[in-house]
Amino acid sequence: MSILIDENTKVLVQGITGGFGGRHAKLSLEYGTNIVGGVTPTKGGQMFENTVPIFDTVSEAVKETGATASVIFVPPAFAADAILEAADAGVELIVCITEGIPVMDMMRVKAMLTGSRSRLVGPNCPGIVTPGRGEKSHGGCRIGIAPGYIHKRGNVGVVSRSGTLTYEAVWQLTQLGYGQSTCVGIGGDPINGTSHLDVIRMFNEDPETEAIILIGEIGGIAEVEAARWAKDHCKKPIAGFIAGATAPPGRRMGHAGAIVGGEEDTAQAKKLILAECGIAVAETPGVMAKTLLDLWGK
Amino acid sequence: MNIHEYQAKELFDRFGVPSPKGKVASTPKEAFDAAKWLGVNHLVVKAQVHAGGRGKGTFKNGFKGGVHLVESPAAARDVATQMLGGVLVTKQTGEAGRLVRKVMIAESVSITRELYLAILLDRQSCQPVIIVSTEGGMDIEEVAAKTPEKMLREFVNPLAGLQAYQVRKICQALGLQTTARQFGRMLHALYKLFIECDCSMVEINPVVVTTDDHVYALDAKFNFDDSALYRHPEIAAMRDRDEEDPREVAAAAHDLNYIGLDGNIACLVNGAGLAMATMDIIKHHGGDPANFLDVGGGASKDQVAAAFNIILGDPNVKGIFINIFGGIMDCNIVAEGVVAAARETGLALPLVVRLEGNNVEAGKATLAASGLNIVTADGMDDGARKIVAAVS
Repeated sequence: MSILIDENTKVLVQGITGGFGGRHAKLSLEYGTNIVGGVTPTKGGQMFENTVPIFDTVSEAVKETGATASVIFVPPAFAADAILEAADAGVELIVCITEGIPVMDMMRVKAMLTGSRSRLVGPNCPGIVTPGRGEKSHGGCRIGIAPGYIHKRGNVGVVSRSGTLTYEAVWQLTQLGYGQSTCVGIGGDPINGTSHLDVIRMFNEDPETEAIILIGEIGGIAEVEAARWAKDHCKKPIAGFIAGATAPPGRRMGHAGAIVGGEEDTAQAKKLILAECGIAVAETPGVMAKTLLDLWGK
Repeated sequence: MNIHEYQAKELFDRFGVPSPKGKVASTPKEAFDAAKWLGVNHLVVKAQVHAGGRGKGTFKNGFKGGVHLVESPAAARDVATQMLGGVLVTKQTGEAGRLVRKVMIAESVSITRELYLAILLDRQSCQPVIIVSTEGGMDIEEVAAKTPEKMLREFVNPLAGLQAYQVRKICQALGLQTTARQFGRMLHALYKLFIECDCSMVEINPVVVTTDDHVYALDAKFNFDDSALYRHPEIAAMRDRDEEDPREVAAAAHDLNYIGLDGNIACLVNGAGLAMATMDIIKHHGGDPANFLDVGGGASKDQVAAAFNIILGDPNVKGIFINIFGGIMDCNIVAEGVVAAARETGLALPLVVRLEGNNVEAGKATLAASGLNIVTADGMDDGARKIVAAVS
């Protein structure tokens, strides 16, 4: 088991003919991901890499391929529309990689998805990987832009806002011989579809996941919300890291959501609450995996 | 992105948010003409800089206050002469202060009440929230901490928009009677402005009620969503580069995300999360980061060279730490870029490079073979320790 996706998940790529989307669709295909179709308006009927059919609309693509997941690479101005189109077509899992979507657009998308059966992950995220069992984790499902080869199939769930910090944690685990069940990048924007808490709940229910790494940063209180829930409900060991202890207040640190607004969304405040909730907080980002293994008794 | 008060007034005029009549001036003569055009005897002259606390600020030439009440066009001209070209230091500008290039001349109104009004995006509920308080003109964080009962938060469903009952509720909470309709119109106009201009925050502190029962926005602070500026060219044109850190402006031109800090160890990192974490790890090992710098998903030779130039423009910098996790990009290409950029810029400062990921061995070999004084690190902690040792 894993969460959200596995090697059988049928995946669509919205924006497959763009440079960025095409490049990563190709890497996912090489990793063994079951990419069943692409969507680019006006390019329906063409083929991607001679193997993947391209459709004009998501609903047509879903009807023809039975896809249940879609990854979005379309430019920021069109991304909100792409998310809503996927939801309208009944796609169960929508992963939006696009960075720089206007916040107002995401506010409306979030409101419109309330009550919908679709789950949105992202935007501004690296995506999701459930590693495969082959060499360098080949044969898994890679949705998004994460490097596949750093993974290894195993029992640690990873959830993070940041792409590169996720890769750090995954690589540290793999180097120490511990694999991952699923790695979820939830994105660095102030409004996102899936929260730390949503993912922690899923890891808690997943029999394959035995331990969890939770990576957060300054801004908002999503990590705190997840930690408070985990204190009472999560049966599995969790290690955490919060980036931005040295960030000056009021400045956006790269991610649109990474901004210290008040006293409760600083790195120091979050680390303190995580620790109070029984999460082992890594002293530096260089020891995220080690901190988990110590807590886990490995 | 922030804008000046006179630009905020332009937006207020466009959307029908009432504010006292006023005009911007760049020279004492323009200030005189503006005051004459206003045709009243009660005037206020306000220095235009992107910083709060202007009224209590002091100019470096000794002139006190960035906000002055005057009674005649000649007096407005004299105050403008003192302010224009002067450097205003307020509690928000730091010691360096800000050069005043423009002043606003506005009608001064006679005030009976000062209220607080803001609209911002609430992250938890993913909705706009309207915040009002009867305690206008004060530091709102202090009001929130000491007398939270004097603040009202009203959430707006973004799909339905601001409803009439919500406006009535707010007016009642503020104790407005004869001016409730005026305030309601202002609130509707401000909400429309907030949504249509893609603001992330708009704050009016204070909204004033005058002795003759008018409601005006007396000051304004705007924050716009940078991601949405592409669809508001008229707002993007309000950007004042003179008010921004020149290093940040230069970085943006090269697609680099740079924020200057006070320390002496510069860092160059790929990814925002890792860039923040790199600053943290430098601090953890006893150093002080000089900047946040995210080169994004790639790290081309040109970007690294541009980054070096920006970093080296900061005289505090005593060493550089490059921390790259090359997931998909080739570490050797990054290494070649670092070597070339170090040669081109004639880098003389200690440089520690931590590379990890795709083709990392070749990358490390390229750094070692360069003949340059580049220290390679095994892991982030090792790199941070090495750069801290090198600068101390």
